[in-house]
Amino acid sequence: MRQELTLRGNQALLTRANPLAKFAAVMLITMVLALSIDWVSASVALAFELALLPLAGLTVALLWQRGWPLILAAALGGWSTTILAPDTGSILLDARIWSISDGSLELGVGFMVRGLAIALPAVLLMSCTDPTDLADALAQKAKLPHRFVLGTLAAMRLVGLMAEEWQTIGMARRARGVGSHGNPLQRLRATLGQSFGLLVQAVRRASRLAVTMEARGFGGAHRTWARTSTFSGVDAWVLLGGVLIAGAAVAASLAAGTWNMVFLARQ
Amino acid sequence: MTSSDTVRPATVAARGWGWRHAGRSRPAVRGLNLDIRPGERVLLLGPSGAGKSTLLHALAGVLGDSSTGGADPASGTAADAEDADESGSLLIDGAPPRSRRGRAGLMQQDPETQVVLSRLGDDVAFGAENLSVPPADIWSRVGEALEDVGLGRLPLDHPTSSLSGGQKQRLALAGILAMRPGLILLDEPTANLDPDGVLEVRDAVGRCLDKTGATLVVVEHRVSVWKDLVDRIVVLQPGSATDSAVLIDGPPDQVLAQARDMLTAAGVWVPGYVPPARGRGGTRDAGASGASAGALPGAGTAGRLLLAAEGLAVSRERPRRAGLRGGFRPVPPQPVQSGITAQVRAGEALTITGPNGSGKSTFALTLAGLLAPVSGRVSAAVELSAGAGIDPYRWKAQQLIARIGTVFQEPEHQFVTGRVLDELMFGPRHLGRGEERVDELLERLRLTELVDANPYTLSGGEKRRLSVATVLAAHPQVLVLDEPTFGQDANTWAELASFLSELLDDGTAVVSVTHDADFSAVLGGTELSLRAPERREPDGLTGRRQPGKVGAP
Repeated sequence: MRQELTLRGNQALLTRANPLAKFAAVMLITMVLALSIDWVSASVALAFELALLPLAGLTVALLWQRGWPLILAAALGGWSTTILAPDTGSILLDARIWSISDGSLELGVGFMVRGLAIALPAVLLMSCTDPTDLADALAQKAKLPHRFVLGTLAAMRLVGLMAEEWQTIGMARRARGVGSHGNPLQRLRATLGQSFGLLVQAVRRASRLAVTMEARGFGGAHRTWARTSTFSGVDAWVLLGGVLIAGAAVAASLAAGTWNMVFLARQ
Repeated sequence: MTSSDTVRPATVAARGWGWRHAGRSRPAVRGLNLDIRPGERVLLLGPSGAGKSTLLHALAGVLGDSSTGGADPASGTAADAEDADESGSLLIDGAPPRSRRGRAGLMQQDPETQVVLSRLGDDVAFGAENLSVPPADIWSRVGEALEDVGLGRLPLDHPTSSLSGGQKQRLALAGILAMRPGLILLDEPTANLDPDGVLEVRDAVGRCLDKTGATLVVVEHRVSVWKDLVDRIVVLQPGSATDSAVLIDGPPDQVLAQARDMLTAAGVWVPGYVPPARGRGGTRDAGASGASAGALPGAGTAGRLLLAAEGLAVSRERPRRAGLRGGFRPVPPQPVQSGITAQVRAGEALTITGPNGSGKSTFALTLAGLLAPVSGRVSAAVELSAGAGIDPYRWKAQQLIARIGTVFQEPEHQFVTGRVLDELMFGPRHLGRGEERVDELLERLRLTELVDANPYTLSGGEKRRLSVATVLAAHPQVLVLDEPTFGQDANTWAELASFLSELLDDGTAVVSVTHDADFSAVLGGTELSLRAPERREPDGLTGRRQPGKVGAP
């Protein structure tokens, strides 16, 4: 009866896992990585995560396209740590207050790799999870109130519509002589005016959508779910994968002697 | 629950029913007495303000709470104006609509807000889920409903955002059908659709009614669309203390014969009637032979070239930046239409036609200097540009409005103030000239009474007239209109057509995107017909991929 409902065009294995299982695995990895600033644990986790890209239907190019702000932020964080952290070991480069040493380089690289290793699972999760499936799992498995979850889901669909509307209102206002030229104050006023126009349209659309939903019986205390959110064998593997990646990261770091709990004082 | 599989048509009974919206002083509906038998199909007509939509919302059970207890005609009404107020009784199958969740299904005008979820199948299932239909039954209902509305060949995970307006309305109908309601309520379901979309939706409704036997109440200005599908027309009038809310009630042919003049006066689109509009050169045209109107030449200034498009390719998307490996070069978007060549001349009309998605509006906006061309160019003649440069897209906003005026399809998008008069004065004040024309426009477009009103509170026809007036207040030589007659009643239509024909005679160039053949016949001039887009998406094929989500090279 029910046809397979997956992310459009993405048939990868991880799209079939329950969003809650994926979420749990991501949380596990993130929490372990948050414990220690060292490049070994982060590199091990990152290597595993990159190996998982195909399972989420991602390629490196797609990853860059969707996650470039995070990747840039991680690189920037790593760079500033490298030049600003207190120097230990031999000095590699010295430009007055900016200096790079063995110790600060290690810390900087560790910081960058860790940033990537923490951000990547989130990108993976969003790439292989449909918002509707996530809402189903949150309402059916995590037992969040369905009115809240479905209301949010329906509102999110309007966000894309509002992006189009913003462009249209911008053009419509230019056709009235409201330009985005002039001094900063004039531009700010033009943007505020456009935002108000968008707000009016958003409120109208939202109230019409609310009428549509109410007229379809939404808002009752009880409802059934056409898409049953289920856990399957894949989810056990996803959780196990999360445990393995987190465990391998810690084990490798301990074995290399680089494990460095952030909450403990540095020796 | 075997009864859930067959539809039991609903009965509607109104006894002295009235409704006043919260915060309003006058009731929207007053003293309504109406009986609708099971399976009857009723077309509801009447001037704006007669309470048609209010009645539909009440029947759908979405009107909110009132100060009196619903079906209690005896209770006194000393309610304060802040609360909504109900009087008399309105019952579906003998019970108040709010207690009969799922007995009635409502479709509204704006297709975008008739879609709740992002995947086709999920959206149809939504209503049935809310009514606690067992999951096993829901998917068979979904399949059947999609089949009934002619969307059965699309996959269940088809993205609802890529559907056309007509398809979205049919999807909404499927979502209603999956609830198996005994009463189907349509509130101007086709007002926002092009002619193909209108017929798509009308035929789908007809098929579904034939199959289920459900009761129908439809509100719509265009009588000819629904006349053959309904078996009764009820004309409402704004309620008063003495008169009944129902003005006329009877079989379609009888009502149309009896009340033809009254209906045309109220702006209803009666079948076979084109409202008389002033033709080119001042001829008043009776409508039926409307095609002859455009032949007369304009005034002496006519014919000079103002604006030209050469080899134009258009798109609403902005250029993307190629990724790291592309060296961040700008990548032009995929045009919706290309190779367009057109000329806009003083005192001549240019009508842009073509099927849905052929880029008509996008072309018009590019021509009007609001969108950058993907390739090719738009050039303004010296007479139009008057020192502002050849490319309208590069003009400053104030230079633009004094040269090319654009009237958008949705008037509200263009409102920039909170008062009708300020709205009209906005352009002239910024330009520092032309304020004297405002009074003339107020007079000519019958807005004088409304100068202090808030633009957002006007009726649909008033908003349209205001949006045309505001753009003309800056005195542009070229006027571009995007679907100016969509959803307009016959009176506004005639006023608009007459007014534009006068403008043409005075030497303004008028470019309009329209599906309305009667309208283009009044304006005359040339027609530019854009062909169907290459990546058109028929119901049966799997959709194109979402732009912007396709993998990088």
